[in-house]
Amino acid sequence: FPGLADVSISQDIPVEGEITVPVGSHSPDEDYSTLDEPVKDTIMRDLKAVGKKFVHVMYPRKSSALLRDWDLWGPLVLCVSLALMLQGGSADSKDDGGPQFAEVFVIIWFGAVVITLNSKLLGGTISFFQSLCVLGYCVMPLTVAMLVCRLVLLAGTGTVSFVIRLIVVGAMFGWSTLASTAFLADSQPPNRKALVVYPIFLFYFVISWMILTFTPQ
Amino acid sequence: MATADDLKFQEFDDAANLLAANPDATTISIDEPAEIPKNQHSHLQETGREEDDELLGTDDSDKTELLAGQKKSAPFWTFEYYQTFFDVDTYQVLDRIKGSVFPVPGKNFVRLYIRSNPDLYGPFWICATLVFTIAVSGNLSNFFIHLGKPTYHYVPEFRKVSIAATTIYAYAWLVPLALWGFLMWRNSKVMNIVSYSFLEIVCVYGYSLFIYIPTAILWIIPQKVVRWVLVVFSLCVSGSVLVMTFWPAVRDDNRRIAVATVATILLLHALLAVGCLAYFFDAPELDIPAPIIPAHNGTTVITKSH
Repeated sequence: FPGLADVSISQDIPVEGEITVPVGSHSPDEDYSTLDEPVKDTIMRDLKAVGKKFVHVMYPRKSSALLRDWDLWGPLVLCVSLALMLQGGSADSKDDGGPQFAEVFVIIWFGAVVITLNSKLLGGTISFFQSLCVLGYCVMPLTVAMLVCRLVLLAGTGTVSFVIRLIVVGAMFGWSTLASTAFLADSQPPNRKALVVYPIFLFYFVISWMILTFTPQ
Repeated sequence: MATADDLKFQEFDDAANLLAANPDATTISIDEPAEIPKNQHSHLQETGREEDDELLGTDDSDKTELLAGQKKSAPFWTFEYYQTFFDVDTYQVLDRIKGSVFPVPGKNFVRLYIRSNPDLYGPFWICATLVFTIAVSGNLSNFFIHLGKPTYHYVPEFRKVSIAATTIYAYAWLVPLALWGFLMWRNSKVMNIVSYSFLEIVCVYGYSLFIYIPTAILWIIPQKVVRWVLVVFSLCVSGSVLVMTFWPAVRDDNRRIAVATVATILLLHALLAVGCLAYFFDAPELDIPAPIIPAHNGTTVITKSH
């Protein structure tokens, strides 16, 4: 470069300064650093998130934590455990028995997908996976009811046990519906709330029916 | 004082000639809508069939055609296209359900309630509710019928849910498809048959199935007479909704084809009701179980009552 031949920095102008990376940009550093953390930390973080959501379902309040950080681990665990517990229903022939594992699984997931599509088509503002997350986590009371029912059935199968199971399943059904409605109803246009709540009611009713009619071998 | 010439009627030239003579004159153009004279003409012609206008909706059919065209303008691969089929509020769905349960004689369900806003919410969820109601009621009814018997072991009969779902959804979607195709075909032959869109037919069928939900719940009562009375009653109600919808659409056709079409609609509807009753609900026992009769050689004989 001929024009720059005579450019020179004169000696009496100090050229100095500091080059520092400003402290405070967390996310890129943290994302890279989670590669180095121990596996226990990674698992515990996800487990804590799942556990926090379970607590939110147990005490349903209009909090946005469930909606913001959705995950599908909880629904998967609940669905698999519910389907496993519903196994072994009595059957004289294969056609008359209770629902098989695949049927329960399909009903829960397909039902949740259909309800989510329904609320989105009606003009809801919730995202697809957030809604799946809420519906899946709110199956938790019914899973607890299934556990209680199996324990009660160990004790006996008479009328008393049926009445106990009916009360427990009924209460958990109400809890599930109320919990999911508390989370989902706000994202709907106000004059269509009932149209969105009814399929949720039907969904949990079907699951409750499957739990209530479970008879051991 | 006006002269006689001023008061005489003057022929005005064509607007173009006038404008050419006087380019600076202000001009006002009035567009006369083409539909208004046509509607007045059709009203004058058909004063004798005014109640049919309500049934057919010819007085606002142009408007509804326009509205329908404006609504569904999104291409079918976008999500917004399907959102137009769920553009109903709670009170609208409840109104439509009420209209299917209390059919007003002479009023067309499609024109009165749907009004070119067919929705898929009603048909889909009414069918889903009906599937589970029939399965659950059938299971409960069988449980109560066989309750006292010592050999009875309760089974949830879950496989019947999938059979119920297949039957009801096939009925609610394939029969309207066939009917729509049939009406389209007849429409090409006879010009003034009112044609419904496919979604409107699905809507009518879906909402007309609503009456079967309380009927299925009441079918738990294990009395044959009660069950058949319920079948006839619900068939009358939902059948009348269907007939009042489709009779104006086929009335102008060949008499025999019109009657045959309506008869087929009613027959399929009846077949659905009777089939569900026969398959999902066991027949109630007619006689009480006979007491055990001890035979004289020591063995006991239990006479079966089934």
